[in-house]
Amino acid sequence: MQLDAKIPDGPLEEKWDNHRFSMRLVNPNNKRKFSVIVVGTGLAGASAAATLGELGYNVKAFTYHDSPRRAHSIAAQGGINAAKNYQGDGDSVFRLFHDTIKGGDYRSREANVYRLAQVSVDIIDQCVAQGVPFARDYGGLLDNRSFGGAQVSRTFYAKGQTGQQLLLGAYQALMRQVDAGSVELHTKSEMLEVVKVDGEARGIVVRNLETGEVTSHAAHAVVLATGGYASAYFLSTMAKNSNVTAAWRAHRKGAAFANPSFTQIHPTCIPQSGDYQSKLTLMSESLRNDGRIWVPADPDDERAPADIPEAERDYYLERIYPSFGNLAPRDVSSRAAKRMVDAGHGVGPRKNGVYLDFSDAVGRLGQDKIAERYGNLFEMYQKITNENPYDVPMRIYPAPHYAMGGLWVDYNLMTTIPGLFSIGESNFSDHGANRLGASALMQGLADGYFVLPYTIGDYLAPHLGESPPPTDHPAFAEAEAEVRDKVNGLLSVNGTRSVDSFHRDLGKIVWDYCGMARTEQGLEKARSEIQALRDEYHKDVRVLGENETINQSLEKAGRVADFFELAELMTIDALDRNESCGGHFREEYQTDEGEALRDDEHYAYVAAWGFEGTGEDPSLTKEHLAFENVKLATRSYK
Amino acid sequence: MDLTLRVWRQPSPDAPGSFETYPAEDIDEHASLLEMLDIVNDRLTEQGVEPIAFDSDCREGICGTCGVMVDGKAHGPMENTAACQVHLFNYRDGDTITLEPWRARGFPLRKDLIVDRSAFDEIISAGGYVSVNTGSAPEANLTPVDKGTADLAFDAAACIGCGACVAACPNGAAHLFTSAKLSQLNMLPQGQPERYARTQRMVTIMEEYFGSCTNYGECQAACPQDISIDFIAMMNKDYRKSKFRNRRAS
Ligand SMILES: Cc1cc2nc3c(=O)[nH]c(=O)nc-3n(C[C@H](O)[C@H](O)[C@H](O)COP(=O)(O)OP(=O)(O)OC[C@H]3O[C@@H](n4cnc5c(N)ncnc54)[C@H](O)[C@@H]3O)c2cc1C
Ligand code: FES
Repeated sequence: MQLDAKIPDGPLEEKWDNHRFSMRLVNPNNKRKFSVIVVGTGLAGASAAATLGELGYNVKAFTYHDSPRRAHSIAAQGGINAAKNYQGDGDSVFRLFHDTIKGGDYRSREANVYRLAQVSVDIIDQCVAQGVPFARDYGGLLDNRSFGGAQVSRTFYAKGQTGQQLLLGAYQALMRQVDAGSVELHTKSEMLEVVKVDGEARGIVVRNLETGEVTSHAAHAVVLATGGYASAYFLSTMAKNSNVTAAWRAHRKGAAFANPSFTQIHPTCIPQSGDYQSKLTLMSESLRNDGRIWVPADPDDERAPADIPEAERDYYLERIYPSFGNLAPRDVSSRAAKRMVDAGHGVGPRKNGVYLDFSDAVGRLGQDKIAERYGNLFEMYQKITNENPYDVPMRIYPAPHYAMGGLWVDYNLMTTIPGLFSIGESNFSDHGANRLGASALMQGLADGYFVLPYTIGDYLAPHLGESPPPTDHPAFAEAEAEVRDKVNGLLSVNGTRSVDSFHRDLGKIVWDYCGMARTEQGLEKARSEIQALRDEYHKDVRVLGENETINQSLEKAGRVADFFELAELMTIDALDRNESCGGHFREEYQTDEGEALRDDEHYAYVAAWGFEGTGEDPSLTKEHLAFENVKLATRSYK
Repeated sequence: MDLTLRVWRQPSPDAPGSFETYPAEDIDEHASLLEMLDIVNDRLTEQGVEPIAFDSDCREGICGTCGVMVDGKAHGPMENTAACQVHLFNYRDGDTITLEPWRARGFPLRKDLIVDRSAFDEIISAGGYVSVNTGSAPEANLTPVDKGTADLAFDAAACIGCGACVAACPNGAAHLFTSAKLSQLNMLPQGQPERYARTQRMVTIMEEYFGSCTNYGECQAACPQDISIDFIAMMNKDYRKSKFRNRRAS
């Protein structure tokens, strides 16, 4: 496989401007001669579809949800970064760029990240103009808070519901285009194949989730904005329906999958309380602005938290990382929590958490102020745990949360299949081996509002005058047949076990061996266990009901089949990378103090994997990363 | 704990439906209502009975996908709490729980506990936005918004679009939903230019699908975000004005 990242020439600060100038344009009258399919209507997809519609393209947007407003972007709590420097605390585009590259442990592309920081400021302007009700100060101007891995306040927020407000803004912009007739919206429609004609992406095959009908849709280009795959772990902060299927089916058709093992385990989630559990709930990182994390210094201390005197508490983040303290980045904080719990300091009935304590902040600011900042999160915590966090410290523990890995894309956000683009969490582009808080919303909207709608024009321009292939083209018939075969295959196994029970078992393997800590031996074991369980799955899964009505087991069954294949690739990728970086922590590679030990000489690359068949070894192509504007350094948050 | 479920089963929109009874035994009290359904569904699958179809996604009260009538109350026994956030520690061992779909003219039934709420999207596409193309926005801090207004706009904007307000309303009205979006946009400076045209169109579409409001106030109690019925009053006021303005315009 050939990889060309298409990074523009010139100095970092000028690359995006120069590129925008040199890209081919589609003139306004010609835009309506092009049709574009956008799969996924979360932050990335809705913003892209809306913008493409405004520009005059014919857009067809697809989502398996019943409405774009349900996409999991809705659940983002804490905020969105932008280099506005409204607080005058020394922020700048370069600082945001630098923090993001460093936060990603030097495994992302400089040019992409710099562009992200540049357009971040436009995002805030756009969202405010849409009426997104960001938090404001008493002077009526926008307020900011701090997030992990940064020493400036650059995070814009709407209480603990920032993702909701941003998604609704994008959704409304999208519905405006639906109203205007420039976007045709298909809800309850799951994309199950990408269709290539002469090597280029020219359409998709979708299954209607209410009727089971399988249909083909053709266009000049296809954009995947289908979200992340952390639900491979089964228990995660993702929505129940989040899945990797769209990206995976594209991968099977030739799109390289980059850094699959780079997953983020978020430090502040409510610890697991039992085996019945269907998901884990995030408690936003923004809580670490005011909450202090600690464990009892004595592992055998059974006292209630309030009875443990200050001197017998270990505020371990403040102790180990004095300059970032409770705002150390996610990977670092998560591993520190794991070390504490593994060493027996865990708290709660299962001794599987650490405290996140607001008593100092309540004392300092008053309960009202804390309620104003985090009220809905405190309520959510209480509903789930039956404990009042104003009185008793929260208990938290890391949980799978985000996928930095995803479809490989070049600077134009195009995958290795010409005409197939990927934006938002479904691509791998900007976060390296660890994403900083509040930067996924930024990336999704940067891609959707400000990058893709322009870079796609460069791809389309030379195709002026061509029509998309008719949907009775053999390539569509073939893809439809594949979809029907898969559906019928799953319905006819008629084994003994539910889809969920398999997913749970798969998730446990991935969590145990490809989660917060990984070893060569463990990963090899995981790979063979995944293969064995996958074989069993295809022999013993039980999917009842039929194709022609709503069949949620059938929907899940197809997705879990893809998770099995992805999970194997995650272990292969983690095995390849004989270093620790960001969220990828190989126990063999650590400093004396237990911090990640990178190997820049051998591993400063993006691992782009090609599909060679289920159960076959995938092919690896390396995109070497060049760092010209930041100095590679050991990340230190001390 | 041991519970008994009475669940509405209906295989398709046109097929007749009925209540079925299933045991839900030995379930952890920390499980949520929906997690209990997951467990029951796994057991049904093992017994060869097609699992109960119900909607959910985020399972943290924010996406608005879940929604069932639980013992006759939208989202269940706790005020201002989505079904996915109701945990079994709110029940007693031995309780029987009855689950039914949202029942409203504007929400046709699809299967078992799933209804079609796309009428909400139609209301939004009739003007629930500010018309500003990407890239044409002015610098954000050039439009200060006083904190009181911004906070109130947020309270309205917090609606999760679940439809509990409609399900709880004896008239099947969608006034709380529609007024929440209208109030958010109509009170912000960004929303002024389209204020009255927006109000007129959204209310018209709303009336096409949903019933009328006679001030029962059940909607606010059922709303997971505790959206205030005061917004309905704001909408009605703007609607009256919009009629007047549109008369002048024509
Ligand atoms: C609990 C939580 C809190 C978070 N908080 C923050 C935060 O505070 N700040 C921050 O920056 N980031 C946060 N994140 C991360 C951020 O929310 C996500 O990375 C981001 O919203 C993803 O947006 P997206 O548009 O790429 O995907 P999504 O919003 O997941 O949308 C995916 C879309 O694709 C569709 N889709 C998927 N597959 C198919 C298919 N096969 N066919 C048809 N449609 C399909 C879905 O229907 C959906 O419309 C958080 C994440 C979680 C889980
Ligand atoms: S499942 Fe999202 S609100 Fe209940």
